[in-house]
Amino acid sequence: MNDAIIEVTGLRKRFGPTLALDGVTFTAPPGKVTGFIGPNGAGKSTTIRVILGLDAPDEGHARVGGHPYRDLRNPLRHVGALVDAAAVQPSRTARNHLLWLARSQTLEAGRVDAVLELVGLAAAARRKAGGFSLGMRQRLGIAAAMLGDPPVVILDEPFNGMDPEGIVWMRKLLRTLAAEGRALLVSSHLMSELQGIADHIVVIGRGKVLAEAGIDELLARAAGEQVLLQTPTPAEAYRVLHRAGGVTTIIDDGALSVSGLAARQVVAALGQSDVVFSEVTTQRPTLEDVYFQLTSGEAEFGTNTVQGAQR
Amino acid sequence: MTTTSTPPLLAGTPERARFTAVLRAEWTKFRTVRGWVIAPIMAAVLCVVFTFLVANGTHTDFCTGTGNCTAGHAFVPTGPKGQAVADSYYTLGGRLTGDGTITTQVTSLTGVISTAPTDVAPSQAQQTRPGVPAWAKAGILLRPSTRQGSAYAAVMVTGGHGDRFQYDYSHDDAGRPGPVSAGSPHWLRLTRTGDTLTGYDSTNGTTWTRTGTAHLTGLPATVYAGLFVTSPVSFQTSASGARTLATATFDHTVIDGSATPSAWHGQSIGAGEQDFYPTLRAGSYHRAGGSLVVSGSGDIAPAVVQGLLGADTASSSLPFGLTVALIVLIVVATMFVTAEYRRGLIRITFAAIPGRHRVLAAKAVVIGAVAFVIAAVAAATAVPLGEHILHANGAYVFPAGALTVVRIVAGAAALAAVTAVAVLAVGTITRKSAAAVAGGIVVFVLPSIIGSISSGGAVQWLYRLTPAAGLSVLQALPRSAQVDYPYTFANGYYPLAPWAGFGVLAAWAALVLGIAAVLLRRRDA
Ligand SMILES: Nc1ncnc2c1ncn2[C@@H]1O[C@H](COP(=O)(O)OP(=O)(O)OP(=O)(O)O)[C@@H](O)[C@H]1O
Ligand SMILES: [Mg+2]
Repeated sequence: MNDAIIEVTGLRKRFGPTLALDGVTFTAPPGKVTGFIGPNGAGKSTTIRVILGLDAPDEGHARVGGHPYRDLRNPLRHVGALVDAAAVQPSRTARNHLLWLARSQTLEAGRVDAVLELVGLAAAARRKAGGFSLGMRQRLGIAAAMLGDPPVVILDEPFNGMDPEGIVWMRKLLRTLAAEGRALLVSSHLMSELQGIADHIVVIGRGKVLAEAGIDELLARAAGEQVLLQTPTPAEAYRVLHRAGGVTTIIDDGALSVSGLAARQVVAALGQSDVVFSEVTTQRPTLEDVYFQLTSGEAEFGTNTVQGAQR
Repeated sequence: MTTTSTPPLLAGTPERARFTAVLRAEWTKFRTVRGWVIAPIMAAVLCVVFTFLVANGTHTDFCTGTGNCTAGHAFVPTGPKGQAVADSYYTLGGRLTGDGTITTQVTSLTGVISTAPTDVAPSQAQQTRPGVPAWAKAGILLRPSTRQGSAYAAVMVTGGHGDRFQYDYSHDDAGRPGPVSAGSPHWLRLTRTGDTLTGYDSTNGTTWTRTGTAHLTGLPATVYAGLFVTSPVSFQTSASGARTLATATFDHTVIDGSATPSAWHGQSIGAGEQDFYPTLRAGSYHRAGGSLVVSGSGDIAPAVVQGLLGADTASSSLPFGLTVALIVLIVVATMFVTAEYRRGLIRITFAAIPGRHRVLAAKAVVIGAVAFVIAAVAAATAVPLGEHILHANGAYVFPAGALTVVRIVAGAAALAAVTAVAVLAVGTITRKSAAAVAGGIVVFVLPSIIGSISSGGAVQWLYRLTPAAGLSVLQALPRSAQVDYPYTFANGYYPLAPWAGFGVLAAWAALVLGIAAVLLRRRDA
């Protein structure tokens, strides 16, 4: 069994009247950055707390490397997590914050200096964490997560409060960590933050997983991917493409839009039938579009209301 | 990644090593917050300072029977082991050289009790009613000398405890039960063989039963031996006690086969104004035919504080300073856990150490050890300092043996440790600093504060049932089964024995710890 995997199965969790998790199931595979995306109050943090054994689910279970979190010895050597960057004792120095964590995992103090170096806090190591900016605290949180050199890394909104330089650094770090074969679960409520680094996306809304897919698959599957076609014979093209399985709309007497077929398939179908066309363009939706589609699809169940209530 | 080389998850590290890691983590947490290091040191300093101030504010006056009061204190004899003793009685006797046997028959023991309390001068306390205190004593005494506080052995009849053999103030063996009367006289015999003194009693003067034996090492060849009568303060009718006097009739007093030597003379021991023990009057004797009628007042027994003496002890200046230190330690113990909840740090802790009970246990060990060391250092400094200041101010400080002082210091340390652990548990339950500090103080400090400023029977229950019972470890005054005395809190006695009182506190701590442990498991972090 690979150590670098998170499996979440059927999590259900209620906080009083709020059903925070309503059957959450997904897998964060090894060697990939899994984007965990959803609007405020969707249940991302709750899911992460359940994975870390901090909150007990009413139903379902989460396993890390095949084991329930509570069964892990020296868990920071298996799972590194950033749950709340503000969680520091203000009067304790960054180094000492990491030192007690290292002690708890029987790690050498040398690891502390190594991770401080990794996150670029070596110079601030002996400063009190209470004086740190939010960005510095995020880095300290990342350092804590990396302390045990774990195969699984879970980061709850790591981009919060980071400046552009920090975001670039963080994206690079995440890519590197995934390339080393680790499983990364990174939550965000902005799809754009994860565009370009996430290989695998889990979209959550109102406690339910709305989509779980590889990033390409997700984009392709999205109803928004359309092929725009310029042709002098729209009616003929319509017939051909319809036969090929595309959902085709005649826009005007020189243009068609096709969905359900990739541009390549459109060209092939038209070529076989000798239909003349002048221009084929694919309107690829951004991840953001996909995300809005998914979450607005949830609107009938009130996702937007939840979103509104959280703001 | 190192993880691939880590041993399998579920096998491996023994429980002890795992706990050691958690302990080291919690200790690192503690020592890396400067305030948490400074505050306990301040607690120790405050404890010493307040003990000094309390001791320094204590002044005692010593009032003689004639109503003159001066700074200083009455004379309290010191027994063979350094303990405070009462040694006041009337005796009729003389020198005895070498081995020997004294025999007598006690045919009556009667007495009177003053109708005035002991805080009235003896001259005004001569109005009496008949009565014999249960520990009024009449019998045969043998000791190196009549110097107060010296070793002795005696066989005696008593007002209410039958015949006894006693030696060196604290040893007591029971003989035949029942009071003395003309119809049922008691025979007594004391023999000396080398260093060994043996007491006997008999109903007829021919068949003897051994009552007890004492080995008084280093007993000189020539000792003092004779008859004695004494009668202690009675607390039956008055909380401050009433002076008493007992009168016994001795017949057939024989020394080594010869009748009472004419060289025997009567003397009153410890009846002077300087002696702390209240006596009705000096005592006397006269011959009536073949009988000797002896009256005496006082006691030969361990000293308990008889009101007049005040209750200054090795630990009497300590409670206030200790309470101040406890409050500081309570705040630190609370913060040690509630600060983590406040900052959300508790989630990092429980993610790193999923065994939450292990975290609670490690925190308890750390804060308990800190409190223990701090209170031990504070008490070990404050107790001798307080004692020294009290002495310097002329107060009588009830002598405490080295063991008692060690127990007081260790007890104060254990008290602080258990309180800190208990409050840590309260903090774990409330998760809020203010609530935990308030709760900790109300439950673990307030009862003793209330106890120290109020009086009456309810106070006894406070020190029996609430965490204030823990203060019993500071008990410096001895109890004695040979002294009838109101061993009340007002007189300086906690109702429970030191470790029993500590057990009550520990039970409270165990209760809150148990609640905390259950909640930790049940609640989300
Ligand atoms: N401890 C709690 N007590 C009560 N309700 C809670 C608790 N934790 C979470 N919730 C509720 O559960 C739901 C999911 O919250 P969660 O924090 O998991 O969302 P999230 O996806 O992390 O949101 P955000 O993007 O704002 O961080 C919300 O409605 C929230 O109010
Ligand atoms: Mg969240």
